[in-house]
Amino acid sequence: MQRDKNLLKEPAIQKSRATELTRNEPKMELLRELVAHLRQNRTLLREEWVARIAEAQLLTAMTQEEIFAEATSVYDSYVAALETGTFEALQAYARNLSERIIPRGVETHEVVGIVLLLRDVLARSLFAKYQTDFEKLNRILDAYEPAANRIANTVAVGFVQERERVIRQQQEAIRELSTPVLQVRERLLILPIIGVIDPQRARQLTEQLLRGIRTNRAKVVVIDITGVAAMDVTVANHLVQTVEASRLLGATVIVTGLSPEIAQTLVTIGVDLGKMNTVGDLQGGIEQAERLLGYKVVTP
Amino acid sequence: MQVPILKQGGVLIATIQAALSDADLLELRTALVQQVVRNRSSGVIVDVTAMDVMDSFASRTLLEISHMIRLRGAATVIVGIQPEVAFAMVQLGLTLEDIPTALDLEEGLAYLQQKARSIN
Repeated sequence: MQRDKNLLKEPAIQKSRATELTRNEPKMELLRELVAHLRQNRTLLREEWVARIAEAQLLTAMTQEEIFAEATSVYDSYVAALETGTFEALQAYARNLSERIIPRGVETHEVVGIVLLLRDVLARSLFAKYQTDFEKLNRILDAYEPAANRIANTVAVGFVQERERVIRQQQEAIRELSTPVLQVRERLLILPIIGVIDPQRARQLTEQLLRGIRTNRAKVVVIDITGVAAMDVTVANHLVQTVEASRLLGATVIVTGLSPEIAQTLVTIGVDLGKMNTVGDLQGGIEQAERLLGYKVVTP
Repeated sequence: MQVPILKQGGVLIATIQAALSDADLLELRTALVQQVVRNRSSGVIVDVTAMDVMDSFASRTLLEISHMIRLRGAATVIVGIQPEVAFAMVQLGLTLEDIPTALDLEEGLAYLQQKARSIN
């Protein structure tokens, strides 16, 4: 992540250095003039922007008041970034904003959309102001456009990075929650698997199961995969390996709830069915496990 | 390093206590195959709890020990394979097929007793 940021920064630094050499003074002056103009027309431009946001039906997850409040802060940080030429404050603000609005279901296209709208609204106001002096308008736009694009870039990248962080965090949480190894009787473990199994999760499941067999001194394990719709060849192979590794620890594995698709995959990869102990559903699996352990169900 | 072989009733117990060289493994094979008939044992337990690596030579030798002992009229159980070792073995394709395995020494003894009972 650190490296990404640097990559983003480098070209801009080079560019600003190049312009510093050629026409540093006029550009600074132009930016100052630009900022003064934006400060002066703050209320008007901000309202125009909010109206455009509503018109484009962006940020529908937020109320009108919230949009107005956020628009005010975005506008001010935008102008501040133009004025100072530093983006750290804006970057921090973008991250903070993303943190608040991502849980409410705001999409990437909406965030990018509103920043681009603001850029357009401001550009239009510049056209209106300098319509008589085409030469000056050109120079103003030369100063304005790179900075505005950079701001749009910063906000969009900040939003996406925050989203990715949230996704990673949630993946982590799901992973921790999703692998219970349960003891239902003396020496009988159940491993219910629900959801998508990727190779990483498969490896984790195996580790937990083998460790569980050792600590609980299990003789029989029922792996229930009713909640797994499909698995690819790699994961299916992994399942077979898990069954064999469990046997090396002295435990018998019963696999229950294979879906037709998974059965197809197992047949395709040519699993030795003598080694795989499968039963239709979890109930049947537990019954067979009890028989293996010598339990007898007595009905009164 | 030599592997001690203990006699417990009708069972021989060989506990591997450290990583073994190939020569040590072959020596263990010879000793077990000789002693199983000399002691009129009905079962052999090889305890590999202390082995944290099981290469192809070691697992092939275990397989050979098991088959030779079967031909000499007794059963073999491998006990104490560590979870990490078990998974590594399976990934290498060393699944010790048709050799009985058990969690630890206690389980191995229980398995052999049960087997003896079912024969009698």
